[in-house]
Amino acid sequence: MTDKNDNNGTSSVMQAADNSPLLQVSDLRTYFFTREGTVKAVDGVSFTVRKGEVRGIVGESGCGKSMTAMSILRLIDKPGRIVSGEVLFKGQNLRKMSRREMTAIRGKHISVIFQEPRSSLNPVFKVGNQLVEVLRIHKGGKRKAQREEAVELLREVGIPDPGRRISNYPHEMSGGMAQRVMIAMGMACAPDLLIADEPTTALDVTIQAQVLDLIRQLRDDHRMAVILITHDMGIVAEMADIVTVMYAGASVEEAETEALFENPLHPYTQGLIASIPVMGEVKERLDVIPGTVPDLIDMPPGCRFAPRCRARVEHGLTQCEIEEPHMIEAEPGHSVRCWLYEGEKTS
Amino acid sequence: MVSFLARRLTLAIPVLLGILFVTFALSRLLPGDPCRSALGEHATDEICDAFNERYGLNDSIPEQFRIYINDVLHGDLGDSIRFGRPVDELMVERLPVTVELSFYAMLFAVLVGIPLGMVSAYYHNSAADVGTMIGANIGVSMPVFWLGLMLSYVFGVALKDTPLWLPPSGRLTAGVSIQPFYEAWGWNVNPDTLTFSGFLANINTLNAVLVGDWAGLRDALKHMILPAIALGTIPLAIIARMTRSSLLEVLGMNYVRTARAKGVRESQVVLKHAFRNAMLPVVTIIGLSLGSLLSGAVLTETIFGLSGVGRILYDSITGRDYTVVQAFTLIIAVIFVFINLIVDTLYAYLDPRIRLE
Ligand SMILES: Nc1ncnc2c1ncn2[C@@H]1O[C@H](COP(=O)(O)OP(=O)(O)O)[C@@H](O)[C@H]1O
Ligand code: SF4
Ligand SMILES: [Mg+2]
Repeated sequence: MTDKNDNNGTSSVMQAADNSPLLQVSDLRTYFFTREGTVKAVDGVSFTVRKGEVRGIVGESGCGKSMTAMSILRLIDKPGRIVSGEVLFKGQNLRKMSRREMTAIRGKHISVIFQEPRSSLNPVFKVGNQLVEVLRIHKGGKRKAQREEAVELLREVGIPDPGRRISNYPHEMSGGMAQRVMIAMGMACAPDLLIADEPTTALDVTIQAQVLDLIRQLRDDHRMAVILITHDMGIVAEMADIVTVMYAGASVEEAETEALFENPLHPYTQGLIASIPVMGEVKERLDVIPGTVPDLIDMPPGCRFAPRCRARVEHGLTQCEIEEPHMIEAEPGHSVRCWLYEGEKTS
Repeated sequence: MVSFLARRLTLAIPVLLGILFVTFALSRLLPGDPCRSALGEHATDEICDAFNERYGLNDSIPEQFRIYINDVLHGDLGDSIRFGRPVDELMVERLPVTVELSFYAMLFAVLVGIPLGMVSAYYHNSAADVGTMIGANIGVSMPVFWLGLMLSYVFGVALKDTPLWLPPSGRLTAGVSIQPFYEAWGWNVNPDTLTFSGFLANINTLNAVLVGDWAGLRDALKHMILPAIALGTIPLAIIARMTRSSLLEVLGMNYVRTARAKGVRESQVVLKHAFRNAMLPVVTIIGLSLGSLLSGAVLTETIFGLSGVGRILYDSITGRDYTVVQAFTLIIAVIFVFINLIVDTLYAYLDPRIRLE
């Protein structure tokens, strides 16, 4: 983690030095105020993304990954609200931007692709028009030129016969094709950051690999940063440079991919890695980690993982259920939120 | 789209034949002797023989059906026993009144109902939403005749001599007349065969626009306001509720999220991306409401002194004027078929998935 955004100042933020973070999320909290109570969907997430880097965010379904992404773009709908935290993009605080400024960022500087590509495209408009719309909003120019550019974009994401496909409606496309269209839409303005929220979860395995290859290739070609959200440790291992592990709304571990897989510190991460399916075998649940994610309304007071944590029992830790552990750098560049390591340091 | 239309038009042919058959059967299946039911106590055997001969009732049923279809296709709908006039003349006189009334009622329902529903959905659970939905629930449960009487009392009687006064009956103020457009344009139309031109000319507001008679248009529109509101209130409430629930659902869809994530302005997200999808069930509801509009039209026409289809149907049924009932049933059914066709076409235009079948 770096904390040099202060000396970035407000001028020339757009040409921020290459090693300063492109995106810096600190202690983000997004709550949903429902009738049943406050759902703490995102509750203390921090990470940075550098230019050209693939940042993996991994965790079980429902742990707040998508809401983290939506919070970055300020796309949280009622009854949800970002209650605290900071999102600095090229040094500018997105949370303080006007609606209009935010609209100008979306799709131009930061784009998203979603899990369900087919339902993420509007069924009543041709995919070409949906693609051209991005160009029209953010780039302007002549209609004809935009159309040609759209065809080019479709070609770049590997859609065969793009001149014809541009007139297709979403229902005339397969999931894989639709996801390529979504990616083309995301790439249209050559954004600095692409957020891919489970981009391949709804696709079958061969298509999955193709889409991941495409994302990687576009990252290489455009030096674009990627936040890759997934529940699949296999995809993380393959794609990410650096990983944030989330559990029940909070980040619990962060490390470079290799370090994380070689030496997972958090008991939850250890369970995740042990649960990676072997040889294409699909596992829906984390069999090696008994129990389920706690209710985000009634969070346990101490460590959120405590009810499922075997390490706690094995090490006879009593603090876990009383006080929440803090994110600490247990090893250089490797942070974890767990009393196993915090205790070590303080004692 | 063109092939879609062609297919739908072809499909309409058997439906139209079916309608012809039903309206034909209707008159043959009525209980009792048509002669005696039509002529009542005046009917002697002699008169009835002549009657049956005259109306072809002695022919075999298939032959009668063939003659009936032939007559209808030649625009010969028979004569009204009660009015002693050809039915097509009555139709040119009455149908435009109902068409005009239904049009303005629907226009009112759509132009007010859809925006109300949209505001309700977008600001759902706000005071505006709760208020609108309470209003809509009152609207659907309000009997047409009661609303009609209230409106004509309040605006026609209580507010008399104020600028808010509106005419509570009739189509035009006494003494006002709008020259038929075919006369103004110097068309050589024989009043006896004027069927289609006459029909159009009898839609007062349309005719006034065609001849540029703005004072006449104003007067005709003024007379339309109260009946259109009375007739349009129920469909308005239905449309507003449907728009609200449909838009609410659509606003939660993934593609709406995509539109926002693309940087589409919020107004465009709603008016472009969400609206078109949200309109799909609303279009269906509008089509269905047009059906119920007709039953409301009978009451509305009675209250506001309009001589339209509703009035004549009611009078003919009670007066056993079967040719008239038959002819108007036929025309109403045909209108329905075409309204359905329009609704289907609109639906296909809005939703590309439908076009494929
Ligand atoms: N509109 C909402 N109202 C209440 N809770 C919500 C809403 N949207 C999301 N949540 C909650 O936020 C949590 C995180 O969701 P999400 O970020 O989508 O998880 P995932 O990690 O699977 O992407 C979930 O537990 C979900 O129940
Ligand atoms: S803090 Fe305690 S309960 Fe939580 S993960 Fe670490 S050992 Fe387990
Ligand atoms: Mg998700």
